[in-house]
Amino acid sequence: MSELFPLSVKGAVTRRHGKVLVGPVDLELDGAGTCVILGPNGAGKTSLLRLLHGTARLHAGEITWGCGTEAARNAQAFVFQRPVMLRRSVGENLAYPLRLRGTPRTEARARARDWAARVGLSGLFDRQATVLSGGEQQKLATARALIGDPGLLFLDEPTASLDGRATREMEEILAKARANGTRLVLSTHDMGQARRLADRVIFLLGGKVHEEGAAEGFFSAPRTPEAQAFLKGDIVE
Amino acid sequence: MIDLWEGLRQAFWLVATADPELAEIALRSLRITLSALVLACLIALPLAALLAVKRFRLRRTVIAILNALMGLPPVVVGLVVYVILSRSGPLGALGLLFTPTAMIIAQMIVIVPLIASIAHQSLRELWHEYHDLLISMNVTQGQKMRTLLWDARRALLTAALAGFGRGIGEVGAIMIVGGNIDHVTRVLTTAIALETGKGEFALALALGFVLIALAIAVNLTIHWLGQTEREGRW
Ligand SMILES: Nc1ncnc2c1ncn2[C@@H]1O[C@H](COP(=O)(O)OP(=O)(O)O)[C@@H](O)[C@H]1O
Ligand SMILES: [Mg+2]
Repeated sequence: MSELFPLSVKGAVTRRHGKVLVGPVDLELDGAGTCVILGPNGAGKTSLLRLLHGTARLHAGEITWGCGTEAARNAQAFVFQRPVMLRRSVGENLAYPLRLRGTPRTEARARARDWAARVGLSGLFDRQATVLSGGEQQKLATARALIGDPGLLFLDEPTASLDGRATREMEEILAKARANGTRLVLSTHDMGQARRLADRVIFLLGGKVHEEGAAEGFFSAPRTPEAQAFLKGDIVE
Repeated sequence: MIDLWEGLRQAFWLVATADPELAEIALRSLRITLSALVLACLIALPLAALLAVKRFRLRRTVIAILNALMGLPPVVVGLVVYVILSRSGPLGALGLLFTPTAMIIAQMIVIVPLIASIAHQSLRELWHEYHDLLISMNVTQGQKMRTLLWDARRALLTAALAGFGRGIGEVGAIMIVGGNIDHVTRVLTTAIALETGKGEFALALALGFVLIALAIAVNLTIHWLGQTEREGRW
């Protein structure tokens, strides 16, 4: 999976109806740790994640991976802010990405069981996924994204609508994934979460990378007044 | 009112005595419509899925045409199929006119737009729900279609039942291409038309009741089949 990185982004822009959603963005990303994208609502966090993942159109600039674009695409996964549940059982949701890639049914089922156990959904294995609670759905979506062993996982505000306990469980899952060598890139506006998870921070403002660097430096000594204000909890637009 | 009661009485009698001619006609009806339904689904369901997931220039036009064709007059379908299959028509050499095969073809044409339109409605909704996930998973066009068809199978069953209902009750098209030949192409609806024409209202009503009972029985059976696979299967 290491050939996925370095990810190199040069002058990348995505637009919608002529309006720039995010960009131009310049970034270099290597293959370890957790990168947290911070910024107020509408700063372009979702757009940047989608742009990097390749589901938002690249209107200008370039995004290159250590390997080819198609191979890179298949080595990454995305967890949406509002989880998308297939109208199937929990087990079948987990097995779905494996079945897509031709894993035999019994093996896919065994790995689905294993992942259900890892995220604490064993008891719900045969339940219809659409009836799970928000926290359970988000854990399921994350496990489904991790089951294919991606080198890179994007998560868009994964705990935005979860309560404290569900948030902690999600963060534990993410910490394990990170320890297993999956590169995490996630957006959040939960400052506590950013501090707990981030190795590196990208602070977005108005669709542009406003400040960017190692997490320690960013949290202890933010360089720009906007980042300072944002960290203090002031309203930044 | 006498006729209605007489019809009921005769219908009951025909069924109770397992009248061989009635059984033959009813089974032929069932066989022809179920064949047409299977073929129609093989065309309509993939088409509906394709229309849901693929963006191409004439997509809207195709959908509009399908919707319009839902109201296609069966008589006209019958006429067109008749012309194509008649001795001097392009497919005349096949000798299919006035055979059950011709009736299957005509019925299939009548119900394809109906099934495709209803199926497309629910597949489009499901695609809206799944879009981001499946695009993110980088799935192929075929995988998208298969996922939608499988996960919407309940709604598709309803579409198929609507197609069956329209097929089994249809008379205009199969009368023309089948010819209502005794022991060959006579089915419930064409027999009803014939008996009514002869003034045999009681018998016509009896056949009508059998037709309704058949339609209900098939609906219940298919629904029941749909129920039994409710819980997650692998
Ligand atoms: N589909 C869209 N069409 C038009 N504007 C959009 C669309 N999606 C997002 N935007 C706009 O792009 C900007 C960035 O949005 P987004 O990336 O969702 O920000 P964030 O995730 O940081 O809240 C916002 O101003 C938003 O209104
Ligand atoms: Mg967002």
